[in-house]
Amino acid sequence: MLAFILKRLAQSVLVMAVVSAISFSLFNFVGDPVNNMVGQDATREQRVQIRIDLGLDDPILVQYTRFMGNALQGDFGLSYRIKRPVDELIFERLPATIELVFVSAIIALVVGISLGVYTGIRRNSWISRTVLSTSLVGVSLPTFIIGIALIYLFAVILRWLPSSGRGGVVDLGWWKTSFLTVDGWRAIILPAITLSLFQLTLILRLVRAEMMEVMRTDYIKFARARGLAERSINFVHALRNTLVPVITIIGLNIGGLIAFSVITETVFQWPGTGLMFIQAVDFVDVPIMAAYLVFVALLFVIINLVVDILYFVVDPRIRLGD
Amino acid sequence: MRTKSLLGVSLAALMAASPALAENVLRWTSQGDALTMDPHSQNEGPTIAMNGQIYESLVTRDAALVLQPELAESWEAAADGWTFNLRKGVKFHDGSDFTAEDVVFSFARANHEASDYKEQAKNVVSVEVIDDHTVKLLTSGPNPILPNQLTSIFMIDKTWSEANNVVAPQDFKAKEETFAVRNANGTGPYKLVSRAPDELTVLEAHGGWWGKGQFPGNIDKIEYRPITNAATRVAALLSGEVDFVLDPPLQDLKRIEGADGLKVTTVAQIRSIFLGMDQGVDELRTSNIKGKNPFKDLRVRKAINLAIDKKAIQRVVMEGLSFPTGMITPPGVLGNTPENDPSYGFDVDQAKALMAEAGYGDGFSVRLDCPNNRYNNDEKICQAAVAMLAKIGVNVSLDAIPKAQHFPKIQKRETDFYMLGWGVPTLDSHYVFSYLLDGDGSWNATGYNNPIVDAVTSAIVTEIDIPKRTAMMDAAWTQVKADMPYVPIHHQVLAWGIADGFEIPIAADDAVRPRFIVKN
Repeated sequence: MLAFILKRLAQSVLVMAVVSAISFSLFNFVGDPVNNMVGQDATREQRVQIRIDLGLDDPILVQYTRFMGNALQGDFGLSYRIKRPVDELIFERLPATIELVFVSAIIALVVGISLGVYTGIRRNSWISRTVLSTSLVGVSLPTFIIGIALIYLFAVILRWLPSSGRGGVVDLGWWKTSFLTVDGWRAIILPAITLSLFQLTLILRLVRAEMMEVMRTDYIKFARARGLAERSINFVHALRNTLVPVITIIGLNIGGLIAFSVITETVFQWPGTGLMFIQAVDFVDVPIMAAYLVFVALLFVIINLVVDILYFVVDPRIRLGD
Repeated sequence: MRTKSLLGVSLAALMAASPALAENVLRWTSQGDALTMDPHSQNEGPTIAMNGQIYESLVTRDAALVLQPELAESWEAAADGWTFNLRKGVKFHDGSDFTAEDVVFSFARANHEASDYKEQAKNVVSVEVIDDHTVKLLTSGPNPILPNQLTSIFMIDKTWSEANNVVAPQDFKAKEETFAVRNANGTGPYKLVSRAPDELTVLEAHGGWWGKGQFPGNIDKIEYRPITNAATRVAALLSGEVDFVLDPPLQDLKRIEGADGLKVTTVAQIRSIFLGMDQGVDELRTSNIKGKNPFKDLRVRKAINLAIDKKAIQRVVMEGLSFPTGMITPPGVLGNTPENDPSYGFDVDQAKALMAEAGYGDGFSVRLDCPNNRYNNDEKICQAAVAMLAKIGVNVSLDAIPKAQHFPKIQKRETDFYMLGWGVPTLDSHYVFSYLLDGDGSWNATGYNNPIVDAVTSAIVTEIDIPKRTAMMDAAWTQVKADMPYVPIHHQVLAWGIADGFEIPIAADDAVRPRFIVKN
């Protein structure tokens, strides 16, 4: 067990190093930050000087080594754009992203599973058909179009919900939360729905397929023969057996939600890490881009590590194969 | 139906409940947030817009862009500098007095190595204190336009800066953020109440402001929330969540005008859009013509100018919101004249004849470098130009990329043919000559180098006889018009989306001037 975890950890470190190296080498193609850092009337000499001061003309390997060296000491540098420490900026924005991801994961789970069960059982009802064809919209339309459509419907035409921003945030000192005010909840609804749609569709279709599979198995037939209530068959015996793959998918998709949040946050001006990343790309704010990508890589690595360890615990066959 | 309207009413009540009734609040948005509260750290649009409400300079401009006294009440020129009589009784937001010492300090700070305003501030070599409320800004020679160069050099409190260890602006090399990045202490009409970057910045009227009662504005509180996405920004205006959008996209203007309770105001912007052709190199980097440079030939440059139909670009690409031109600087800037402003016209036959005469009857190929996220419809303008140039045999391949990659090509002189836009904060042609037309100009990637124009560029720096100076500029512009180093396209038009209850005077420099904003 311990050997397995250690081996996994070593692999994770390697993955982190590779991811950060690849992302760092991509920064060369994003553009030149100096142009955004000085006004149009700066002289060419001043621009050259800044490039030298920032070490932007060094070979990419030297820049990368310098970045990793500082990062290992906990120093991610100052943002070129906002001139504040990058780690501080990321931790300041993280609560917004985490709350958004949390709410949309709940929406995706609750709605996705309920609709999945329903459409799995009542396969041919018109409601099921409607749900299934509507759910295609969730996977086929890009997030920003769904977001804009929701904004126009609920903010511009109906005027029920705010179009953007986080609204009504309560500062707990270490965490800024939207959950304690009505305005905060009103503001999170649209972005959370937008972000959840893709995952919701995925879960819905997965649960439906699993449900249909399970309903055909012998033990459901026996349960029916024993005269158990339909309700208890559907929700206790059948649903439980469909949840194993669903949980796996969700575990892997939490990272996906955070990655997708870049677009949702931009459309809704949600002040999280995704919005900050987009603005950093626009400005060529290398310190923020580098730290954010390392952070996301870390997140994926941790999630995968946890999933692997869980498999190890749950499934003895992996232990044997090891 | 009834429950729906009840719900609507209660939700509306919920939204309206927060601001106090007696207060006049202006809620507005634009694309970007200020990068810092430090007034000398970033020479960038949204940052100046935000800091200009909190900090003030010696002289300023009103919405018609006429110079107006701000922290100086009057000024006069001498051969070695300008004397400014400072306004008396001015207080910073923390209550301390504004005096000559603060002017000395602010210019030293703006001239600091880490300042982004040193190109403007360097005109002031040193500041001589005559008394507490009189200073003389010494220049290295006669400077006829010094007040024009001072409008965005903000005054900051010496004692406050020293107490908070922000004597110098934030340095790129530094490891720590400075106090001035998130705190502000100016003399302006509004003071900073709270700030959450990229979310919401709240400003409140400064009770001790010197200009109280002298200006029509009646706004007590300003809430600024940047919205990056253009469609969301417009939605916030349409839904009544904001009262004013500084930068609605051109294609949404009709929708805003058509909405109840909203209006659009427009004005010609101080920004011209044009294409540059590199005539300096011996062989173009991206052309099929080897061993010579077609752009060196005036006839080719003229043919390209004649082949691009600026009026069609105005009509089709810009939805009418542009002013076709033959100059690379707009009306409102000293030097733009009705004689030189008209465009070169559109004449494909003549253009073809010129190409044939120059020996390029079969045309040539070249790459056009263009930004896709900087100017109004920048990429579409370039696409239109590509189609138009094809008709005279110039086979243009378009490379439209983000500004962060586009501008370095101009800076590093790696482009044959490129789009650029230029605004003129000083409203004086010298700013255009020295950057775009002087042989050594830092943004002049055309290789254009005309001794007549260079001589005027340096002469107008010190010429204080204004009519004579204007005549010199005029002669230089006429020369440029004949030499055609650029292909002028148009001057941009600004459009603001405003809720009906507000009177917000639009200005060609795209700056918001809250002291003139009235809520009815």
